[in-house]
Amino acid sequence: MQMTYLEAIADAMRHEMRRDERVFMIGEDIGAYGGAFKVTKGFLDEFGSKRIIDAPISEAAIIGSAIGASLNGMRPIVEMQFMDFITNGFNQVVTVAGTTAYRWGLPVPMVVRGPSGGGVGGNPFHSRNAEAWFAHATGIKVVCPAFPDDAKGLMIASIRDNDPVVFFEHKGLYRKIKGEVPEGEHIVPLGQARVVRTGTHCSVIAYGSAVHMALAAADALASEGIELEVVDIRTLVPFDEETVFQSVRKTGRVLVAHEAVLTAGFGGEIAARIADTAFRYLDAPVRRIAAFDSPTPFAPSLEQAVLPNAEKIQTAVRELCSF
Amino acid sequence: MLMAREFDTAMLRLYRQGKAFGGVYSQLGNEAVSVGSAYALDTAQDVLFPMHRNIGSHFVFGQDLDQLMVNHLAREGSQMRGTDGTGHYADPARRIYGNVSHLGAMIPVAAGFSLADQLRGVTTVSLTFIGDGGAQVGEVHEALNFAAVHKIPLILIIENNQYAYSTPNSLEFACERLSDRAIGYGMYGTTIDGTDVELVYATCKEAVERARRGEGPSLIETKTMRMRGHAEHDDFSYVPKELLEEWSAKDPVETYITRIVNDGVMTADEITALREATLANMIAAIDRALERPWPAAEEGFKNVFMSV
Ligand SMILES: Cc1ncc(C[n+]2csc(CCOP(=O)(O)OP(=O)(O)O)c2C)c(N)n1
Ligand SMILES: [Mg+2]
Repeated sequence: MQMTYLEAIADAMRHEMRRDERVFMIGEDIGAYGGAFKVTKGFLDEFGSKRIIDAPISEAAIIGSAIGASLNGMRPIVEMQFMDFITNGFNQVVTVAGTTAYRWGLPVPMVVRGPSGGGVGGNPFHSRNAEAWFAHATGIKVVCPAFPDDAKGLMIASIRDNDPVVFFEHKGLYRKIKGEVPEGEHIVPLGQARVVRTGTHCSVIAYGSAVHMALAAADALASEGIELEVVDIRTLVPFDEETVFQSVRKTGRVLVAHEAVLTAGFGGEIAARIADTAFRYLDAPVRRIAAFDSPTPFAPSLEQAVLPNAEKIQTAVRELCSF
Repeated sequence: MLMAREFDTAMLRLYRQGKAFGGVYSQLGNEAVSVGSAYALDTAQDVLFPMHRNIGSHFVFGQDLDQLMVNHLAREGSQMRGTDGTGHYADPARRIYGNVSHLGAMIPVAAGFSLADQLRGVTTVSLTFIGDGGAQVGEVHEALNFAAVHKIPLILIIENNQYAYSTPNSLEFACERLSDRAIGYGMYGTTIDGTDVELVYATCKEAVERARRGEGPSLIETKTMRMRGHAEHDDFSYVPKELLEEWSAKDPVETYITRIVNDGVMTADEITALREATLANMIAAIDRALERPWPAAEEGFKNVFMSV
């Protein structure tokens, strides 16, 4: 069935809530209003106010109580109105949820999800790509889908996972990206990258919105005779090294791309692992394309300039291919 | 009460022998709060989220002494495998969920535990604690407001022992009574003498009953004095001697013993004998724990996730 990225996420959550009584949602304005982006439109009518809980603007209390409910056998889905506001509940995610398996051997099957990313004139406080913080925190799984079918499959896998998952939905993809999504049960296991385009000259390793930039770049470069391979890692934690290394062995040239800022971004981790393990297959240095190291600016002229895009990827690939 | 007190005696002895590992946080002066409150709960149905001066409550919830010591001292067999120590362990079978060091972080978690049962139509009272210092953390505010809005059966005891590490009340908050905050949340609040175990019990029992009637959370401030340093490394020279003298006359264990003896429940000799036996038990359990090796180093590499 054709669905937008947003519809696919809603479909996954509805599927799991129908299937498993332990799944409930908590967040701000998710009930009658259906959420700031309308992801939970119709959920209150179907599941009632006990399972669709409108909470006060208290991210720490929302995430913290979801952790407590997890310890008591529930499987909560927490909506952050914007992923930027997870900073207000950061302590709960990192200090409490991310250490519980290690300390207590107890599951925290909580998904914290919401809209992230820029390119939509959001301003510095509604545009952040915060995924690397959680990859660095230990004990937290980090998911960044790029396509509707993956968004559904990864969401179902995340809800069923016994570890805390932070699930980054790119708000720019919500209604822009449409695709075929399997009906009913559809699971994409966490920790499996997907080769979304095969090519022989250069690999782009990306996730989230950068996958679409890479695909657009691949189309443009094809006319120049450069065949780009695009690997969507889909989840940062767990990280599927093997699929990435396979692509590196095949093409020998690698560009890592993400919308998040460059410094200490997850791209640095990917580049380091490639250098460690696949160095002898490389014909050129590993390059990165990412956002300029600034908050995401508001005015479109600034925002478009600091964020990565398909043209920046093309330029970098051309350089790599002539190295 | 005696177990709570003699646990500290034994731990202090261990510290002085140089054999303690990690901070030794005495609950001297706070026994009536942790013991009296825990007795007000139904240990088969309710749940305990203790803090760092609540060892007494672990015993009320039936924690095995040997297991407690092994956990505390992070030896092989610890329920935390050596990943953490002191009273931070969780024992779901005994309905005890220990704290993280970050003050205030467990209050929303305790609320959420009860919320889960509320969604199932069951009332499970969560009992948790915070200090006069920790009560200033933002998460405490969020959790109390959230609990009040959703009428969650949560009892938060603010253990006002006058100091937060070296910082006196006057530099922590400007209101008269910390329980006055309850009005602002629309919940029940009261401030009581935290050295009187029967008063603590009765106050918490009422809070439990309110919670079971669906009337939501309660905020109880207990006034005590921290009779030792923040932990044993701290000589607490910043605390005026007169203050300690004043409060030592109200020692919760000694005053309760006097009451029990006066009421004819036990004789002074019986209590002395029980006290000696309790201390001997504590020391023996510590010795048994210390005979155990440290956990195997490979434990450090396990269980970061439930499944990868
Ligand atoms: C969020 C946070 N900040 C700082 C600390 C360090 N710290 C541990 S205990 C403590 C003092 C706590 O005082 P209080 O809450 O009054 O409890 P008490 O130790 O007096 O029982 C401090 C500052 C911490 N554990 N958590
Ligand atoms: Mg204090």
